[in-house]
Amino acid sequence: MDLTEFTRKFAECFSQAEAETINPETEFRKLEEWGSMMALIVIAMVDSDFGKTITAEDLKNGTTVGSLYEIVKTK
Amino acid sequence: MAVFTVPNIKVSGISACVPTQTEDNKEFALLPDNEKDLFIKTVGIRYRRVAPPGITASDLCLTAAEKLLNDLSWQREEVKILVFITQTADYIIPNTASILQEKLGLSKGCIAFDVNLGCSGYVYGLSIVGALLQNMPGAKALLLVGDISTATISMRDKSTAPLFSDAGSATALEFSLNSDIHFNLQTDGKEFDDIIIPDGGYRNQFSEKSLQYEEFEKGIERNGLHMKLDGLKIFNFALREIAPNINTLLTEKAIDKASVDYFVFHQANLLMLESVRKKLQVAAEKVPYSLYDYGNTSSATIPLTMVTKLREQLVSQKLNFVLSGFGVGLSWGSAYIETEKIVCPQLIEL
Repeated sequence: MDLTEFTRKFAECFSQAEAETINPETEFRKLEEWGSMMALIVIAMVDSDFGKTITAEDLKNGTTVGSLYEIVKTK
Repeated sequence: MAVFTVPNIKVSGISACVPTQTEDNKEFALLPDNEKDLFIKTVGIRYRRVAPPGITASDLCLTAAEKLLNDLSWQREEVKILVFITQTADYIIPNTASILQEKLGLSKGCIAFDVNLGCSGYVYGLSIVGALLQNMPGAKALLLVGDISTATISMRDKSTAPLFSDAGSATALEFSLNSDIHFNLQTDGKEFDDIIIPDGGYRNQFSEKSLQYEEFEKGIERNGLHMKLDGLKIFNFALREIAPNINTLLTEKAIDKASVDYFVFHQANLLMLESVRKKLQVAAEKVPYSLYDYGNTSSATIPLTMVTKLREQLVSQKLNFVLSGFGVGLSWGSAYIETEKIVCPQLIEL
């Protein structure tokens, strides 16, 4: 897992229009599509694609996609 | 971890009953249109059955049980055990199983009691009934499992209202030599308030304050008598616990995963269940889903899925299943059962 791959997988959780705007600096909670459904989708993606379990607390603690990647790396 | 076997028990029939009234999540006002579509695609629930005032979980189970007893041609006096698993009992006291014993015309020599469990209730119920029945050769038993969870949710709460649905079920079990059911049952009370109705019991007794709505976030308003569900924590719990629970059951009981015909999960959330299925490395055709049409019916989801998705196979074939229920408590468990041409009436609507 590296940041580029994580960012790509993270972006794939969203619609194509939203995905195109996502990069490691993106503050994901400010994304238009972000909400409880997207949180579930991201948790499931991290679980299935990276074999790590992130929590609602982790999603609150992460600000950018890159900072979420750093949290996932510590798991 | 409680892995154990209940010997000499077989499932002879399963039936289910839902209310006629149907709600469509496409019409659910609290979610904007784009969120509705995402919800239906992700969580997997489109339609929900809602019991109107006057119809309780016990009514749904009673209807399912009467049809099943008639189709099995069981005499009422043969039924020596009735266990009713619900979190929406008719009354605080007495237990509803006593009322069902009388309504079903069962004899006074019948054990009857309620068990307060939700999502794990069907699997737990099979173990409870099985454990009693194995010491009563010749006896027959009814496991009635159901809830009207829609009566416990706030229609101003988008985190619960589009999920829950109502159903009742009846499962007939009897003593049968050389027919075993294997279980792996677990509990974690540390997380007891992840799914909770906080008021109205005896810890937080009903008061005027119980009726006051509170806004927790936009689209989530409820009072103390409504069910609270921490969806993300339950999602994490399911991802963490369910596949290992099933794998342990299969390993300890030396059951080849590839030989299992169907894995029937508690119908909580499609994304969650698909994640669990992939962890288990089980083919999609072995995992039936009923939640698009019937939502999360609490303890009734497993028998409801069997009746609505596997009925033709159940009545005509020898099958084996892994059943897995998980949620409120937190309480979870899996069971391995075998069936052979059981009685399974079509879904009943009340």
